[in-house]
Amino acid sequence: MPAVIEIHGLRKTYRSLRRGPRQALDGFDMVVEQGQIHGFLGPNGSGKTTTLRTLLGLIRANEGRMAILGRPVPEALPEVSRQIGAVVESPQFFPHFSARDTLSLLADAGRVPRTRVAEVLEQVGLRDRAKERVKTYSLGMKQRLAVASALLKQPRLLILDEPANGLDPGGIREMRDLMRSLVEMGMTVVLSSHILGEVQQICDSVTIISLGRRVASGPVADVLARHSSGSVRVRLETPADLPTAADLLQSAGAAVALHPDHLMVTAVDRPSWVTRTLAEKGFYVSELSPVTADLEDVFLQLTGTAPAAGVPRQVDESVEVPAR
Amino acid sequence: MSLVNAERRRLFKRRFTRLMLIVVVGILSAIAVGFVLNSHRNGPAERAAAEAQARQMYEQQVVMFREQCSSTGVDPRMKEYCESPEAGPRPEHFQAQWYMPYEFNFRKEFGVLIMVFSGILALLAYVVGASYVGAEWSTGGMMNLLLWRPRRVPVLLTKLGTLLGGVLGIGLVLGAAWTTAFWLIGKYDGRSDPMTAGAWRSFAITGARGLGLALLVAAVAFGLASLGRHTAMALGVAVGVVVVGEIGMRILLELMQVRMGDRYLLSTYALAWFNKRWTLFDWRSCEFVMGECRPQELLITWQQSAFVFGVGTALVLTLAFWAMHRRDVT
Repeated sequence: MPAVIEIHGLRKTYRSLRRGPRQALDGFDMVVEQGQIHGFLGPNGSGKTTTLRTLLGLIRANEGRMAILGRPVPEALPEVSRQIGAVVESPQFFPHFSARDTLSLLADAGRVPRTRVAEVLEQVGLRDRAKERVKTYSLGMKQRLAVASALLKQPRLLILDEPANGLDPGGIREMRDLMRSLVEMGMTVVLSSHILGEVQQICDSVTIISLGRRVASGPVADVLARHSSGSVRVRLETPADLPTAADLLQSAGAAVALHPDHLMVTAVDRPSWVTRTLAEKGFYVSELSPVTADLEDVFLQLTGTAPAAGVPRQVDESVEVPAR
Repeated sequence: MSLVNAERRRLFKRRFTRLMLIVVVGILSAIAVGFVLNSHRNGPAERAAAEAQARQMYEQQVVMFREQCSSTGVDPRMKEYCESPEAGPRPEHFQAQWYMPYEFNFRKEFGVLIMVFSGILALLAYVVGASYVGAEWSTGGMMNLLLWRPRRVPVLLTKLGTLLGGVLGIGLVLGAAWTTAFWLIGKYDGRSDPMTAGAWRSFAITGARGLGLALLVAAVAFGLASLGRHTAMALGVAVGVVVVGEIGMRILLELMQVRMGDRYLLSTYALAWFNKRWTLFDWRSCEFVMGECRPQELLITWQQSAFVFGVGTALVLTLAFWAMHRRDVT
């Protein structure tokens, strides 16, 4: 499938007289293929928004190549911007305009027929509140309006930064259904989100960024498989035997973590080896279940942002992958 | 054209623009109504009454003067004065015109009223110009727009053009209404001396100067707010110019006894702009003990004012467009 977004070796350093230079992107790469929902994940301050803003021409990169729909950006942005709908970071609108006014002004600026305004308001569920001022809207309603503004020009590429932020559960599901229907119509969606369960459920592929560098990318299933530990959870008929069983498995070559009511065993080829090894010594297994990693586990593992008890993590404390 | 239309709609849809327009129309109307209430058309009856009052005042003063001079124990110097031929009130000291009710004279007075109008228009242009682009930046509207129209400099140019077009339009419409209102006051409630083509041309030139100043002020406010990406930047600079650049500088120049210090104040150039020229006098160069004083003079012309304002505006706009082109939108 052709790539809709290609980013290679993107670097961005913010310079401040007081705080000195800060590298936001450090040779970041990303490829998004056509017709997919692509999740763009990373801890706070990892460079997600900087990447999206750079891609959309709002920030100048220091180095690197970018292309959208096969055209180099930012050079060709004026030509391709008609085909990109984007919501970057929190939705921001002039508070005293109504949703209808806001969208009709954007439609005028972008040479989009004003009939689209009613269509997108209907699409995001704001039809009945369209005449109210934006300042009276909740965060979720502003989010819907932001998505409406991105959909206004019927783009081929939709970039949404935290679209579920502020939405109620029903709204999140509606947003998910909306994205699926847009992809079915041929649109490509790039979704930046911290709701990893949502991303795992909806996205075809992901890119994970940490401290300005890519730490993982590819189809969601592949990323999960690559980073699953292959561990199995073991419970015994007699929990009091757990420490002895742990010693036994360790001496047989497995890595074992002892928990109050179970063992977590890794570095084994086949789960049946665990059953046989324990049964030979008279320990009988009551549960043996492979542990599959979810996207949250993989994310926390790859970015090194899993919380540690009693140790508050600072924003920039995450995994730094070596530069290539 | 689509962006121009969108920006024109945005400018006039803004609550602040509408509110300021209402305020300005209210102020202008209040001034016009004030003239309607105060101005009276004077006829033969008013003239006769004024002449009678002037005569009466003269006679009262003569009586008082005589009483003062004939009273006992008068000061010898006063007595000497009383006997001099020039002493005492004279009829020409009590002119009838001083006792006439106020009568608005369109031809004589409208020039000043054009300056008043221009000042109010410039104030409107400054706050609307600053808020138009400043609020766009601070509410994220500019970023949204740049996602649709990524060519930054043309976007900012379109916004500036829309603002200047808007100020020009408002200025022309309100200016026409202002002129008509005072012409009618002069015609029906005051004096309307015959207007020659030259008189109208003079008003038109003063009006054009006022409109030009309002456009420059709007452009500067726009540039400053865009540079600071907030309305407060332009408003802060305006306060700074008034407090530091006018009041503070005036005090400092006075303390330092700088000759012709007013040449460093913007208000001097504004006065020269409206009056075609403005003369500064150096009263310190006078030797009052030597008789008549002829102080040194410094003439500020409207061309010099145009240069000062033009360079200042160009500088602010150049910086604003450079920043728009170069700076990240975060």
